[in-house]
Amino acid sequence: MPVSPPDLLDRKLLFVTGKGGVGKTTVAAGLALLGALRGKRTLVCEVDAKGNLADFYESGPTGFDAREIQPGLFAMAMDTERSLDEYLRLFLRIPVMGRIGPIARMFDFVATAAPGVKEILTVGKLAYEVRERHYDLVVVDASATGHIIGQLAAPQAINSLVQVGLVRSQTDWMLEILSDPVRTGLVIVATPEEMPVNETIELATRVRQETTVDLAAIIVNRVLPELFGRREEEVFDELRSPDRSRELDELVGGETAPLMDAARLAVTLRRTRAVHLEHLRDSIDPLLPLLYVPYLFFRSHGLRSTRVVAESLAAELGY
Amino acid sequence: MARDRRSERHSASIEQLMAAHEIVIACGSGGVGKTTTAAAAAAMAAVRQGGKVLVLTVDPAKRLANALGLEGFGNVAIRVPQDAFKAAGVSPRGELWAAMLDTKQSWDDLVRRHAPDRSTAGRILENPLYQNITGRFVQSHEYIAMERLYELHSDGDYDLIVVDTPPTRNAIDFLEAPQRMSEFFSSRLLRLLTVPYKSRLVNFASKPFYQVADRILGSQFLQDIAEFFILLQTMGPGFVERADAVTRLLHDRRTTFVVVTTLEAAPAHEAEFFIDVLLAKKFHLGAVVLNKVLPAYLRDTRGEAARLAERIKADAGELAARFGGDADPTQLERVLTEVGENFIRFQLVAQCEAEQESALGRKPDVVATVPFFETDIYDLAGLLRLGEQIWQ
Repeated sequence: MPVSPPDLLDRKLLFVTGKGGVGKTTVAAGLALLGALRGKRTLVCEVDAKGNLADFYESGPTGFDAREIQPGLFAMAMDTERSLDEYLRLFLRIPVMGRIGPIARMFDFVATAAPGVKEILTVGKLAYEVRERHYDLVVVDASATGHIIGQLAAPQAINSLVQVGLVRSQTDWMLEILSDPVRTGLVIVATPEEMPVNETIELATRVRQETTVDLAAIIVNRVLPELFGRREEEVFDELRSPDRSRELDELVGGETAPLMDAARLAVTLRRTRAVHLEHLRDSIDPLLPLLYVPYLFFRSHGLRSTRVVAESLAAELGY
Repeated sequence: MARDRRSERHSASIEQLMAAHEIVIACGSGGVGKTTTAAAAAAMAAVRQGGKVLVLTVDPAKRLANALGLEGFGNVAIRVPQDAFKAAGVSPRGELWAAMLDTKQSWDDLVRRHAPDRSTAGRILENPLYQNITGRFVQSHEYIAMERLYELHSDGDYDLIVVDTPPTRNAIDFLEAPQRMSEFFSSRLLRLLTVPYKSRLVNFASKPFYQVADRILGSQFLQDIAEFFILLQTMGPGFVERADAVTRLLHDRRTTFVVVTTLEAAPAHEAEFFIDVLLAKKFHLGAVVLNKVLPAYLRDTRGEAARLAERIKADAGELAARFGGDADPTQLERVLTEVGENFIRFQLVAQCEAEQESALGRKPDVVATVPFFETDIYDLAGLLRLGEQIWQ
């Protein structure tokens, strides 16, 4: 038996991924907020250019330079060109002559052509923040499931392609951080629906086979509330019989059918989803933490809903 | 063939849209039900309109393969068995075929087609960089999907091809992928990087460039890259020509786009953005399909149901006590409270959906709404049920 991995938030670097549309950014934002609320100096970084992480904190746009948006919570947006600039300055002492010029052009070219260059500049920057202990916790709103393997495996890929040179020595320390389950973990976000669940199961296997990163947790988002217990459901079904529903209509003075239909819809939805959830539970390592975040019946998703996500995660983690 | 092209200009329903075009491209962000919608529309076309209809999907759920009565399908199209239609209680006028995009296989085929000779093709296919690029290169999926579509269309085996696009970070990537691929092959930089390895006469003007490149990546890696691109360049002309042809096909009047979205905030915003791009770039925007929409009765917040929900929630205890029958009043109270609360919760969601729908600015003539199906679609009958919803 391996030593049990540390608590989710005791790791230093958490990559959060998930199929498009499952609420990957919501969960990443909630996790980071929870980290900060628990007194950790936390950095949250969005990797995709979509740039809506700021909406979850109602904080104004994020840039490459981290900015404190909540007490102890810093936010940044990845920019691989800026990351390259920083890298060249720090490690090569090459003065950077603006964005144009041969280096930028070479970067563009190599980044388009050679696999893993953009990825390594992303992962490298984040691993660097961890190595330098600038933060207690770095939460990454990482690529979606389709691209996450490429992102996490980039240092290995580069390592196998590049035999010598500075890049090679750089990927060595990155790999050391990424492969350390005490420091680094991957979180997969899913919803209790068929495709997200299947992709999660598939990804969990691929992560183990193709990367050195430890799978830290699976977080299921948008879990619908259970309306009725078993006995209550019998009462509910009884209420929907013609006689009873007429009686109820008379009692409340109006037609209750839409209310009953909506409740029926909620029960069926929950049941369909429970099947997918069960499939997920049966298909993953039973020791892997599986956390639930409820469906949020909110008008819009801003700081308030991010707080609720953070609170649900705290409850799930036993804080 | 049985296809009707008269209504070319005024397509007022998905039905007419499918009759008037040879290629229908379903797009939208991930998780909105694009693949299922594409399959449902294709199945309807095969049943009602006839001809040979192909649904080309990128990443089908197993359930979809099962729904089509197929064990699984790959790069080679398979015909959906007649029995599957019989089981669904219909006899189709035409044929439904299904194929999946195998990215790796499609790239390999492309290399074999465009390489000047067999040994060059072999060297490209074996190159580790090539294997990395086709597997991981971010744009490679997008390009190859459109390339494959072009190939299938120009083979002329099908009267209608319905394709769902790969889930991209940015839904428009695939539109630009052919263009980008073409630019990539004709780029000066590609030449710049491969020059020193082609000849021993290194251009002095570019020397610092190589020095920096060398320090960062190591000369071996640079040479690997260069070798690979020298090989790739041998395919250049054919590739550029082909990518341009793919771009033209996407703009062709025989091609139309259907934007699929749910009315959740993020997918709806993406859909709106996508509609704007399609219109700005003069693609044919045929329809918008609003998927998984909550029932209409939930949208009316001032109606009787809304009032009753509040009442039931507030007075659950009293109502339960006055209610006849033999149910336990405590349980009845809890059930009534939940029924009321649930209605209020879902009404909030439905309300947000209504707002998203009206915010969807510029819309095409055809806007189809698909209700929230309470259960998953697991057979052809289910697909056709969904298809019926969007057909007219």
